[in-house]
Amino acid sequence: MNKQTRTRNFHQAKWDEPVIYELSNEGERGILFPEIEQEIENIIGDGLSKLPESMIRQKPPNLPEISQMRVLKHYLRLSQQTLGADFNVDIGQGTCTMKYSPKINEKLASSHKLIALHPAQDEDTVQGILEIIHKLDLFLREISGLDKFTFQPGGGSQAILAMASIIYAYHDSKDESKQRDEIITTMFSHPSDAAAPNVKGYKIINIYPNEDGLPDVKALEKAVSNHTAGLLIANPEDTGIFNPKIKEFTRIVHEAGGVCGYDQANANGILGITRAKEADFDFCFFNLHKTFSSPHGCGGPATGALGVTDKFIKYLPVPLVEFDEEKYYFNYNVSNTIGKIRSFYGVVPAILKAYSWIMSLGSVGLKEVSQIAVLNNNYLLKKILEIRGASAPYAKGRHRIEQVRYSWEELYNETGVTTEDVTCRMADFGFHMWSSHHPFIVPQPFTLEPTESYSKAEIDEYIAGLKRVVEESYENPELVKSAPHRSVVHKIETDALDDPARWAITWRAYLKKTQK
Amino acid sequence: MKKIGLIVNPIAGMGGKVGLKGTDGPTILAKARSLGAEQVSQERTIKALERLIFLKEEFELITYPGEMGENIAKQCGFNPKVIGSIIKGKTTAGDTQQASKELCNLKIDFLLFSGGDGTARDIYEAIGDEVVVLGIPTGVKMHSAVYAHNPMRAGDLVALFLQGKVKELRKAEVMDIDEEAFRAGTISAKLYGYLKIPFEKKYTQGLKTGSSATEKYSQEAIAQEIVDNMDDDYLYIIGPGTTTKSIMEKLELDYTLLGIDLIYRKKLIELDLNEKKLLKHIKEKNAKIVITPIGGQGFLFGRGNQQLSPHVIRSVGKHNIIVVATKHKINSLNGRSFLIDTGDNELDLLLRGYTPVITGFREKIIYKIDL
Repeated sequence: MNKQTRTRNFHQAKWDEPVIYELSNEGERGILFPEIEQEIENIIGDGLSKLPESMIRQKPPNLPEISQMRVLKHYLRLSQQTLGADFNVDIGQGTCTMKYSPKINEKLASSHKLIALHPAQDEDTVQGILEIIHKLDLFLREISGLDKFTFQPGGGSQAILAMASIIYAYHDSKDESKQRDEIITTMFSHPSDAAAPNVKGYKIINIYPNEDGLPDVKALEKAVSNHTAGLLIANPEDTGIFNPKIKEFTRIVHEAGGVCGYDQANANGILGITRAKEADFDFCFFNLHKTFSSPHGCGGPATGALGVTDKFIKYLPVPLVEFDEEKYYFNYNVSNTIGKIRSFYGVVPAILKAYSWIMSLGSVGLKEVSQIAVLNNNYLLKKILEIRGASAPYAKGRHRIEQVRYSWEELYNETGVTTEDVTCRMADFGFHMWSSHHPFIVPQPFTLEPTESYSKAEIDEYIAGLKRVVEESYENPELVKSAPHRSVVHKIETDALDDPARWAITWRAYLKKTQK
Repeated sequence: MKKIGLIVNPIAGMGGKVGLKGTDGPTILAKARSLGAEQVSQERTIKALERLIFLKEEFELITYPGEMGENIAKQCGFNPKVIGSIIKGKTTAGDTQQASKELCNLKIDFLLFSGGDGTARDIYEAIGDEVVVLGIPTGVKMHSAVYAHNPMRAGDLVALFLQGKVKELRKAEVMDIDEEAFRAGTISAKLYGYLKIPFEKKYTQGLKTGSSATEKYSQEAIAQEIVDNMDDDYLYIIGPGTTTKSIMEKLELDYTLLGIDLIYRKKLIELDLNEKKLLKHIKEKNAKIVITPIGGQGFLFGRGNQQLSPHVIRSVGKHNIIVVATKHKINSLNGRSFLIDTGDNELDLLLRGYTPVITGFREKIIYKIDL
């Protein structure tokens, strides 16, 4: 650690490791299975011929053929190239609530008591895990004020899709689903609040922020009509500004005949302070992998815990987990259910970890989590505003909740250094800095969220990193613009992401796109 | 070796600080000088050229004599090829036009100019969109969208172009206002055409919403939304702009980029209509107007589409106005409202408020209109 600049002389590991499929050698094996013993074969046959025809693969799966040790090296090398949440001061990924996830919860989730369970087991034999699912439902009811939760959605976007499906089913039950074909959301809510209902077939109306950074109530009044199916909105939004008029939003939409869903994917600043019920929402969802520490699994396994008021329980996906005062059971008897949206009953390890996390804190602890998260955030805000070239658009002089969307506009105007350049230079010191969801409404944005997990010393280290990059930007902008200098790969050309011909997310797709 | 043309309008921007609205024409220029106006374009052009010095050996700089480029090019350490001739201290719009043509004849790859709307217009009128251009903003009036964010960014963008890092071009509006009318207190702006500028999101926009490819997809999505919902009982009056004209492209119809075109039941009725012709058509049938705000400034009516007169707008009716815009364009307004200036105050007040804006396929936003 450089004592003067308080930044690390970091350098990321670079193994230049090929894609695992490129390591494949025909016939190479990780495990050699023993020949079947005669005694066993006499009893059960060769192990294959008794399987039903329909269950036997016509050709083997296209898996890489690699020895055990080589596989181990491959993944260890990749892990060294990864800037994981447990390595760095991970406050640069605002909106994602990158908190510390206690390792004891991982132990619980990998205990044989859980992993030996099969989701197709009879409910009488899995009473323990059903009790945990049911009790987590009760906890979230208390936290939100709503009346019933399902844990089936495998993430936030799927929870939003489920909300859109329930909205559709509700209007359909009144013969209005054709007419009510519009979902309203806001520019600073998560983009999935627009994307998921769009997938469901809804038209989307977006509300722009006013000069205070809050969604414009008058624009909402203009947006509602007898076409309104519902409102999907976050609060606080990505700016970290709490919308004090949220009840007016739900009132306006309800009066127009719409249904209101609260995106609480990130509820880290308001636990025990404000609830969906009091703001008159019909639904809400919590990402267990954000606020409730389950943790993020790099795109899964996650859980978007979806809660509804009494009126909408009959639309929830099946099965619901219930308790009849004697035993826990699966309830498939849900009159207007939208059906199953995921196999079995959700990502059980995530549910268990969230349950454990809540149990370890209790109601007082949960509230304290939010209080510390907000305190950390406002300390960070004050310090960032002291950095030349940085600003926090909207709500000047006011406190924010759990995160802030900042801007490097002034830095950019004065030095030509963009927010992407700062991101790349921060990587040279072992930090991650995230900009914002597209489209960029705040110019040259960056979004920080310190959560409750980070100490003052760590927040200060992150600030020192930003300060150093800003000083470099004014003294030698080329140094920052040509960053990163100590990373695995140099700049990534993001324009390629717009062109499906230039990217592939699986090996099979890669082969398909490159071998014409 | 690539050839870069440089044109400096030495008088651009002089009217600004002395409170004049521009420096078009000799009388105003004399007045500006008498008020103590100083040349500003030289200094700002230097800031752009300084960003190119490191590539000095990699391209040929061709420019006009003296204050039209030669002086500052040499001052920055370039050894430019100088063409043409001027009368020192008395350059005019004619010189800009002549220089553009001559540079164009020398097959330059890129034309960097410094000036304002008048300069952009002169270049557009002389050579159209034959060459890729970029403006160093030095004028008083800068309603056009052909300038870089600031002089340094202009230099950086030329450098990227020289290094082959600019992969896409886009059409940017050339606008100008009638200075005389402006001085008399009324704004009468006109859209003159489009120049080709390099597209590099960081440098021309200050905002990032995607590449020009995404911009094109967005326009196509908007066109699809409009076409899918076309009502056979209505005429569709299609205003100027690349977003609105994507509707014509989707329908495979001819169109005028700057004019007002008319379609009915997805067939072209007439191209480039004036107010009188529009009124005649809408007297017989109901009509809808499809318009897009002017990028960067947000005018819906009263800039570049004056054919859509108060009379036309009133006849069509407020509820039959369809506004379309890509999110990129909306964001480039930096939160500022749409503007209207139809010339009819009562109508402006009527149109004020909130309007839906189609931003994609099955996607719209609600946006504020102000005066």
